[in-house]
Formats: sequence, structure tokens, C-alpha cells
Amino acid sequence: MALTDEDVSEILRIIDESAVEELTIETPSFSLHVNRSAAAPGRDRLAAPAPIDPEPAAAPPPHSPATPAPGAAEIEAPMLGTFYRTESPAHPPFVEVGDAVAPDTVVCLIEVMKLMNHIQAGVAGTIVEILARSGELVEFGQPLFRVAPAGE
Amino acid sequence: MTIARLFIANRGEIAVRIVRTCRELGIETVVGVSTADRDSMAAGLADRAVVIGPPHASDSYLRVDTIVQAALGTGADAIHPGYGFLAESPALAEATTQAGLRFVGPPAAVIATAGDKLAARALAQRAGLPVVPGREIATLEEAEAFAREHGYPVLLKAAAGGGGRGIKLAGDLAQLRLRHGLARAEAGAAFGDERLYIERLIASARHIEVQIAADERGGVIHLGERDCSTQRRYQKLVEEAPAPALEPRLRAALLDAAIAFAKAIGYRNLGTVEFVLDADTGEHHFLECNCRIQVEHPVTEALTGLDLVALQLAIADGEPLACAQRDVAFDGHAIECRLVAEDPAAGFAPSPGRVTRFALPDLAGLRVDTHCRDGTLIPPYYDSLMAKLIAHAPDRDGALATMGRALEQLEVEGVRTNRELLARIIADPRFRAGAVTTTWLEQAPA
Repeated sequence: MALTDEDVSEILRIIDESAVEELTIETPSFSLHVNRSAAAPGRDRLAAPAPIDPEPAAAPPPHSPATPAPGAAEIEAPMLGTFYRTESPAHPPFVEVGDAVAPDTVVCLIEVMKLMNHIQAGVAGTIVEILARSGELVEFGQPLFRVAPAGE
Repeated sequence: MTIARLFIANRGEIAVRIVRTCRELGIETVVGVSTADRDSMAAGLADRAVVIGPPHASDSYLRVDTIVQAALGTGADAIHPGYGFLAESPALAEATTQAGLRFVGPPAAVIATAGDKLAARALAQRAGLPVVPGREIATLEEAEAFAREHGYPVLLKAAAGGGGRGIKLAGDLAQLRLRHGLARAEAGAAFGDERLYIERLIASARHIEVQIAADERGGVIHLGERDCSTQRRYQKLVEEAPAPALEPRLRAALLDAAIAFAKAIGYRNLGTVEFVLDADTGEHHFLECNCRIQVEHPVTEALTGLDLVALQLAIADGEPLACAQRDVAFDGHAIECRLVAEDPAAGFAPSPGRVTRFALPDLAGLRVDTHCRDGTLIPPYYDSLMAKLIAHAPDRDGALATMGRALEQLEVEGVRTNRELLARIIADPRFRAGAVTTTWLEQAPA
């Protein structure tokens, strides 16, 4: 089986959309090794792949990502769940507008079936806008925070 | 109906199908979609679509926790699992009920028993259903004794296996002696378990299944049978009802057996009891029970005039069955063809891509369930089903004629499909004669 350029693009697209950090495919006709862990933390969300369907849909998309301001990055929900800005009602919010964040700064919680997931910023910069409301359902990929990246 | 908002944990044509019935019933719908299905027909038709995860089903459509959280977070009262994905997952049924929502399907315990082949088989035997002769064997002597009792050919399978792996066929005693050791070694290598299961091979088989419905009070009815014998590599391609050339006495025996099994397992909601019919001896054997709505359910809807999704929702809502067995009428003949995005020139490999043109014929007696239209993207991540064409007519010849015209007039561009194969099946004299077996297509001349 010969690989076409289209096949390679498709493989790369599938990898890009999946959660794997490292992948090795070996077949009698080819072998492929991909490692993207070096690029993963703090990845600029503006560099996200183009939507799978570039044509206008008959219906509005499930959630409409706002067009980020030039130079801003977005922290997206890595999973569907209930968004919380605080550890508990008694605690202050993890971050407020104007706070500086590092890639490993916890910015919120997302609850999936009573399991609380700490969500890290994944990017260094300053929070400029909070896009989701505490206690609400957020979808996979929904923008949660807008961040002005550091050092730009 | 106390269900006001339904969460649909599925995609493709069945998600569209469920939304349509909900619209008629005034039930709001939320469909959980992966990022690949954001712009799907179901997402557009539902009252709301929420993105549950990335394209790969293991990160989206197969995530029990995410789906239940999405249903809770969108204020749904119930979850409909469709078919495939988590439709027969006891874990989803359990988690849904634990979260205080209704699951549109049988209870977790029923799904678990039906999903365990040996447990289901034992239960069927206790309920008096014939099963394909077979048993676990420890030695070659036991295998030989089984074959003496039930005759050749026999199949040797890994008792711990599944998915057709490691199955050996023995046509006579010499082959059995030759292959027994090999089967045992392979079972050990593949599953870490050398136990074998021996079964009589039904060389010439018809696949006939019975649609059943059971309410929360234990009332059970059947909605007739479907013949699903036309398969390719164990995938059903064409289904029809009533089953052609089925003796009335045998038909009655199948329907009674299905009801007996449903009662024995404590079945609830819509289900299907599958049988294998030995075309040489006329014997029927219980195969398995599917705890979900089937792909081919429209065939039954055509004959009975019932909406099976509406029936599922009413049962899940706690309502008793609205019709008694004597009220279920069967009208005419219906045939369904599954149109899939597969490339016949590449050994029917999946052919994902963008459908640039999708034009359906408008024919009397033709129903099409689909998620495709001009511009639909068939993603590479899921099954390749594009549409189901269902032809209904007063008799089989009429249904065949409608289906033949429909397949001829259907226009699909942008992806390769099995349209021509379906047209050849419908036109084939062997299929038209009725009562085909599960291997007829593979024996057909190219």
C-alpha cells in the first residue's frame, strides 16, 4: 500500500485532533513516528487547526467561539462538564481579570460526574476576559478565558 | 409523557430519526456531538447540540461520564443511546439511572445478561428455546464425543474468545484430530486461556430476528420478524419483512420463542431476539438478544404502522403498551437497503469524504432515513452508513420494484457507495426467489 499526500495529511489531521502526544505506526511499507509533546504545553490556541467543515452550516454551531482579538490566546475547555471558577463556594476564584498566569496555573475546575478536574492555563500571560460563567455547562473546546500572551 | 427533554447520545441517521419523532411528540432534543459532527444534520435539527469531545468515539460518543454530565447539564430527563456506541453498555444504563434520568432501553442487568453470550444461551435453554448444539470441551475425546452425537462439520472456538478469532472448522474426524491441538494452542496464545468451545456448524443458515416490545409491568408483544440473511462479511446489507417463504408453523414458533426469551430475561423496552434457521433441516436456534433499537427497525414500522422510537419513549416513560398483540396488524411487504460510503473498487473499504451531491428519488412507498444532503462530510471516524432506503408495497414484487427504481434514481457524488451492489442484489434471481442464506452473496459470481 503506497501512501499518498492526502493520506499523510489525513493521518496528521487525525493525530492533531486526538489526545495522543506520541505515536508510532509501523507497517511493512512505511513507518511513521510523531512526537508533539515538546510543543504541547502553552500552545497558542490561535494555532488551532481550521474547523473540519469550512462551509457555512445550515444551523449555527453548537457553541460560537468569539473571534479572539489579535495577539490574544484562548484557554479552551479540554472536556465537557460543569465550569467552576472556585475550589468551593468558600474559596476565592482561581484567577481574575488582570491576573498573570503561567502554563501550569490552575484557572478553573471542570466537574464531570462528581469528578473535579483542575484545568491549567497552558499558556503564559495575563487574563483579559472570562468567557464562561461559574456553574454552567461548558462544551469540549469552548473558550473559557482570553489571555494576552506574555512576551509579545 | 413526562419526558420533556431528551438527550440523544448518538450521531448519523439514527440521531436524525430520533429527533424527528421527538418533534412530533413535542419533546425537546439535545444531541451530544463530537467536534467532527458539529455541522451534522442532527445537530442542526435538534433544539440544542453540545460538543462532548474530539472526533474519536473513545473520547466522545463512548464516554459514559461525559454523556451523563451533558444530559444533566442541559436539563434532559432521559437519554436515548440509539444503536452502536453505548447502546448496549450496562454502564451507561446504570449511570443514567443513578443520575436520576430515564434510560431509553432495558435495565443494566438485562443488558449485561444478554451481552454475555454463554449466560444468554443458558437462559434461552432454560426458557425452552433451541440453541445451536455446542459445549465447552476439555479434551480431544470430549470433542470427538460431541461430533459423534451431533455430526460434522463442527467449529472449534476459543471459549474466552470473540470476534471470530481462532475459529477452526473440522469437516470430519481426521480434521478434528488435526485441528484440535492447533485451536487449543492458538486460544492460549491469543487469550491466555486454552479452553475450547465446540459447536455444530450450520452450513446453510438464514438469519431471522423477531422484534419485541415489553413495558415496565412485564407486558410483552412481538412486532413480527425480519429476514436479515443478505450479509457481506457478517454485515447486514438488505433486510425485509415478512421473511420470504417461511412456513406459518415455523414463523409462529419463532415469535413464541422470542416472547418466551423476553419474559425469561425480564426484558423491558424495545429489543430483538435473533435466530439462525438451518435451511437444510428447518430447525431454528436462538442466537442472541439485541438490547437496542435496530438499524433495520423501519421495515417493521412500515408493516405495523407503528413509530418504534415513540414506543421506546412511551415505555421508558412508564406507560403500558398501548396495543395488545391482537391489535398489531402487518400490512404488505417492506425491504430495506443500507447505503454505505464504501468503495467497491477497493474491496469495499470505507470511503469517507464530502458528499457533493445527494439526490433522493421521490417515489410512492419509499422512505429514506439519512443524515446526508449536498455538502455533508462523511468523517473517517465512524461507521459508513449514509442512508437506509425502505420500500413498502402490498406485496414483495411491488417492494422489489420500488427498491429497484429507487436505487437506479438515487444520485450520490463525492464519495463511493455500494449503490450498484445493492441494485445487483435486488435484481438477482436468487434474491428475488426469496429464502436466501447468509453466504449467498459471497457465493455469487462477480
